[in-house]
Amino acid sequence: MSTDAVDKDKRRLLTLATSVVGAVGAGFVAVPFLASWMPSERAKNAGAPVEVDISKMADGQLLTVEWQSKPVWIVKRSAETLKNLTKNADHLRDPHSENVNQQPPYAQNEERSRKPEYLVLVGICTHLGCAPTYRPDIAPADLGESWLGGFFCPCHSSRFDLAGRVFQGVPAPSNLVVPDHYYVSDSRILIGEDGGAA
Amino acid sequence: MAKNNLLTWIDDRFPLTKLWNEHLAEYYAPKNFNFWYFFGSLALMVLVIQILSGLFLTMHYKPDAASAFASVEYIMRDVPYGWLIRYIHSTGATAFFIVVYLHMLRGLMYGSYKKPRELIWLFGMFIYLALMAEAFMGYLLPWGQMSYWGAQVIISLFGAIPVVGDALTLWIRGDFVISDATLNRFFALHVIALPLVLIFLVVAHILALHEVGSNNPDGVEIKKNKDPVTHIPLDGIPFHPYYTVKDIVGVVVFLFFFATVLFYFPDGGGYFLEHANFIASDPLKTPVHIAPVWYFTPFYAILRAVPDKLMGVGAMGAAIVLLFFMPWIDRCKVKSIRYRSGIYKTNLAVFVVSFVVLGWAAMQPVNETITMISRIFSLLYFSFFIVLYITSKNEVTKPVPDRVTQ
Repeated sequence: MSTDAVDKDKRRLLTLATSVVGAVGAGFVAVPFLASWMPSERAKNAGAPVEVDISKMADGQLLTVEWQSKPVWIVKRSAETLKNLTKNADHLRDPHSENVNQQPPYAQNEERSRKPEYLVLVGICTHLGCAPTYRPDIAPADLGESWLGGFFCPCHSSRFDLAGRVFQGVPAPSNLVVPDHYYVSDSRILIGEDGGAA
Repeated sequence: MAKNNLLTWIDDRFPLTKLWNEHLAEYYAPKNFNFWYFFGSLALMVLVIQILSGLFLTMHYKPDAASAFASVEYIMRDVPYGWLIRYIHSTGATAFFIVVYLHMLRGLMYGSYKKPRELIWLFGMFIYLALMAEAFMGYLLPWGQMSYWGAQVIISLFGAIPVVGDALTLWIRGDFVISDATLNRFFALHVIALPLVLIFLVVAHILALHEVGSNNPDGVEIKKNKDPVTHIPLDGIPFHPYYTVKDIVGVVVFLFFFATVLFYFPDGGGYFLEHANFIASDPLKTPVHIAPVWYFTPFYAILRAVPDKLMGVGAMGAAIVLLFFMPWIDRCKVKSIRYRSGIYKTNLAVFVVSFVVLGWAAMQPVNETITMISRIFSLLYFSFFIVLYITSKNEVTKPVPDRVTQ
């Protein structure tokens, strides 16, 4: 029974143990606060699929609809536009859509679509999230001789072709995203679900 | 005893006189402060202006995506003097960055970041970082087109981080796009969290300064020459009343400029409040020409100059992070530019010019010339740190005087 000698090692150990337990506890308490920043249930439910009537679309027309608060484009492409797509291949980063995160498997083809004439894209630039401008005109003065129609992002001049494929030498790293979608009928598309397609 | 009854009563319970003396009446600052030394106290005053005007704005503003834009217009048109309070706050944001940039340039010129003032510089850099976050989040609140798309671009920067990037942007936004959730949390951070952080850092900045003492245009340590009897630095004068009175002159001149902008050019020709921000936010349409507010443009130009997402974000981050390391990048023992080599003077001049040119370039619509200019001056910006690190070790300097000059 020592009465006056202080065991400093024991004291240090107890202080350390208390601090560690306290820090772990603080870590646990931080979790609910940090987790509260994740999308709420209401935000998650707001992403319901959107059905669009495409029967009245003309060749070259772009239709913008809102899905999950994001712009989604539907473009009706003419036969000539589809033919031009192959000419871009040498200047693209990912001409064969090998980055599987950017489209569902059924859109991993040359046209990046389920039906070649209809292109469905999320209209958000893969660089920093601006909405690119639709530029279907061929060889305009500001975009150069080789421009065969596509999308141009005004924020940092990223360029995409009419299949949403990104060109080389621009800041955007990947092709525009093709969202899940399927044809409910010949004239209607549902965006946000793939109709059970694999 | 009878005379200062109250003061004595307080001093027995709270170190009022002690604090007053330590930080004002008996804090000895070098007697050779020049024009550049106004900007520290001015920054402190702008902080007070922002807190007061911001407090009154929160009494009318609604942090709700459905009503935010309308509530700002309500403040502008219907609230008595609401327009004045709002313009004081928006002009204050620009004024804050002007005085902080000049204050930082002063630090670079006179080597105020060098031993033993490294911590003052680091606290200052954290203040600058917190100020950028504060300004960025504040700019989302009016919920105009530039608010929305500016936030979209800046938050997307975090998406460039490998692996966790996408999850991180989702966490910051609290939704799949910028939305009500983002606006609401930015409001909370803007009015509560970041002002508290700023005040804490400012206190730390000033405590560290008063611990080691102020630098001066000669870069001479005044504590080396003290009066043998009183131990007061021979080149020091009490901060109060000498510099408190001098700083009032700076305040008057500053307020003259401030009021001119406030009453005659409140939107600064589109540079302080961008024109596109007078249009309510539209998640489906990006403004054709998007540029951040002027105080972020130099870093934005660096981002735009790099044709790769991750590298661009990295370069932009490095442009700020490198400044933190100034006390260790600059290895020259001589502090003040007055006694340093021509290489250093040229290097610093090129750095300042690069900063200004980059700031200008980011406001221009992108084309090949602007991209080329941005690339050249981005390289010059970074070359400042490299040249400084290499040349400062064995720099040929002029003899530094023992005492401050007039």
